[in-house]
Amino acid sequence: MDNNAIIQIRELTKSFPMGKSKFTALSNINLSLEKGEFTGLIGPSGSGKTTLLNIVGSLDTPTSGEAWVLNQSIGSLSAKEAARLRKEKLGFIFQSYNLLAVHTVFENVEFPLLLLKIDAAERKKMVMDALEWVGLTDKVKSKPPQLSGGECQRVAIARAMVKRPSLVLADEPTANLDAANSHHILQTMVKLNEELKTTFLFATHDDKVIGYLRRKIYLLDGKVANDEWVKDYHTVK
Amino acid sequence: MIRFLIKGLYYDKSRSRLPIIVVAIGVMLAVFLNAYITGFMGETVELNARFANGHVKVMTKAYAENESQLPNDLALTEVTALKKELSERFPELDWAARIQFGGLVDVPDENGETLSQGPTTGMGIDLLSSESMEIERLNIRESIVRGRMVQQPGEALLAEEFSRKLGVNPGDEFTLISTTMHGSMSLYNFKLAGTLSFGNEAMDRGSIIVDIEDARTALDMDDAAGILLGIFDTGFYDDERALEIAYTFNAGMDDEDEYAPVMKSLTQQSGMGQLVEVTEKWSVYIIAIFIVAMALVLWNAGLLGGLRRYGEFGVRLAMGEEKDHLYRTLIYESVFIGLTGSIIGTALGLFAASLLQGDGIDITGMMEGSAMLYPSAIRTRITPTDYYIGFIPGLLSTIVGTMLAGLGIYKRKTSQLFKELEA
Ligand SMILES: Nc1ncnc2c1ncn2[C@@H]1O[C@H](COP(=O)(O)OP(=O)(O)OP(=O)(O)O)[C@@H](O)[C@H]1O
Ligand SMILES: [Mg+2]
Repeated sequence: MDNNAIIQIRELTKSFPMGKSKFTALSNINLSLEKGEFTGLIGPSGSGKTTLLNIVGSLDTPTSGEAWVLNQSIGSLSAKEAARLRKEKLGFIFQSYNLLAVHTVFENVEFPLLLLKIDAAERKKMVMDALEWVGLTDKVKSKPPQLSGGECQRVAIARAMVKRPSLVLADEPTANLDAANSHHILQTMVKLNEELKTTFLFATHDDKVIGYLRRKIYLLDGKVANDEWVKDYHTVK
Repeated sequence: MIRFLIKGLYYDKSRSRLPIIVVAIGVMLAVFLNAYITGFMGETVELNARFANGHVKVMTKAYAENESQLPNDLALTEVTALKKELSERFPELDWAARIQFGGLVDVPDENGETLSQGPTTGMGIDLLSSESMEIERLNIRESIVRGRMVQQPGEALLAEEFSRKLGVNPGDEFTLISTTMHGSMSLYNFKLAGTLSFGNEAMDRGSIIVDIEDARTALDMDDAAGILLGIFDTGFYDDERALEIAYTFNAGMDDEDEYAPVMKSLTQQSGMGQLVEVTEKWSVYIIAIFIVAMALVLWNAGLLGGLRRYGEFGVRLAMGEEKDHLYRTLIYESVFIGLTGSIIGTALGLFAASLLQGDGIDITGMMEGSAMLYPSAIRTRITPTDYYIGFIPGLLSTIVGTMLAGLGIYKRKTSQLFKELEA
């Protein structure tokens, strides 16, 4: 196995039971991602982007084939081991933010650190750092319903980043945002990718997101249709 | 983490308010009911003790076997000596001899012919000696409707209703027709001193109350008595002690002798044992009922609340929280809710119960036609149990309700929960 690889997928197939037959959402996927990539899974609706992202995120398991994430084989992890992988190494960003609506911005960002049992003083510092990355230090005490969509997604980014995960998985992070906000959060993520060397894997069909990607993996009907690197990539300011 | 959970409960009122209200109401009712049952049952026991059973009761063995027939031919004899012995051996009880009898009250007109007649059950009790506590015990003075207390031998009290039916008034004379201890007919003239209403049907139907010495004369029962009651000086029945006393007393008696006295505790007498037992078990029933009822409500509330929180659960799982841990945090939350609700409910329940301690609410009207001796008021009695008893259903029901409601989440696969969250 390639030691630099953060994700390695071999002959991965995922099918869902559909009544008596089954529906194959992913078939024979082979992929490998290295540390520090800023890569997207691109494809039309139903092409299998979320399914693949969920397997990489250890929220689901392959039907056959293998998915190695940070040197752990997703298919053979127990529920406990999968939870531990997510807790320690992975960050998630969702289309619909999925913040804890009744808790403050601070508490939302703090939650992953509670799971890691980090002590209070250290937690506070880490949360404030993360909120500074996304420019929300003045909204510490606000609650999600009082924030705009863009601000909510920035809180979600801070929450995914606060524990400095090795890999961030972002499923349609801009789908609910307008252009200005989309660019803002994408620039934030590019900055974090460069400064913290965090690997990002997106699932998207949004051109705005695609414009920031350094590597584009096209999915079609559950297969990799194309896999290309952007040649003259410039860091976006 | 605990602080995070409590904050969640505090911020999200819908997560805490309804369950806390449900628990508080349930606990309040449980505490109040327990205090009420303790009061009601306790009073019923004491009422029966004072009127009929004593805390302990001495009779001859033969009398005890046929007690309902008031068999005075089987009565205790040499009662003065027996009473003296009992007072010396068991000084914590007050001892009182009584004679129960059946008979006929005959009211004559001015010519001495029978004007009216009625069957009666009567009691001869110590009304005239100065050390007697019977008048207070039976609350006679307060129960007089017309006329006055018996003040000298030859006077009697009749139940008010009975006296109306017979057409006899205070000051009038009447004859009691009964049977002597030796089986011959007895006729004895009384002057009606006053009429009584005890407020319970069993006593008010057709009773006559006379001084025990008159009863002895009338029924030819010299130094005899049907029953000898012992009542604790504390005024409250103590089953353990009563059984012990009865056992001690009976141990020294001749088993073969039909006329030897036997002592029975209140609980060893007809129906009373069950009553006391029920009183003691009642709390258990109340608590069981409340646990089940509240757990059902909270289970449903938890299911609804859980549905609203699927998003939260999904995201917490995605962030790497284990399902066991998530489930446990739900239970921690329920402990907090159960405790809060129980504290509020206990406070409210004790407050409500304290309002009905003492005088209570008069329910005389509701007890008409009842054959047992029931208290005539809803009165509570707060015991130390009431301070903690509500916590049992309060905590158990929230925890059980939450465990049931949480099972759905627990059983679902993470990926499935996650799909639902995305939907
Ligand atoms: N649990 C499931 N059971 C059955 N079929 C499923 C399940 N999850 C996904 N699928 C199917 O697998 C296919 C791929 O779904 P997936 O969600 O990965 O698509 P996607 O590329 O993320 O689409 P979109 O852009 O709309 O989010 C779809 O046809 C979908 O209906
Ligand atoms: Mg999708």
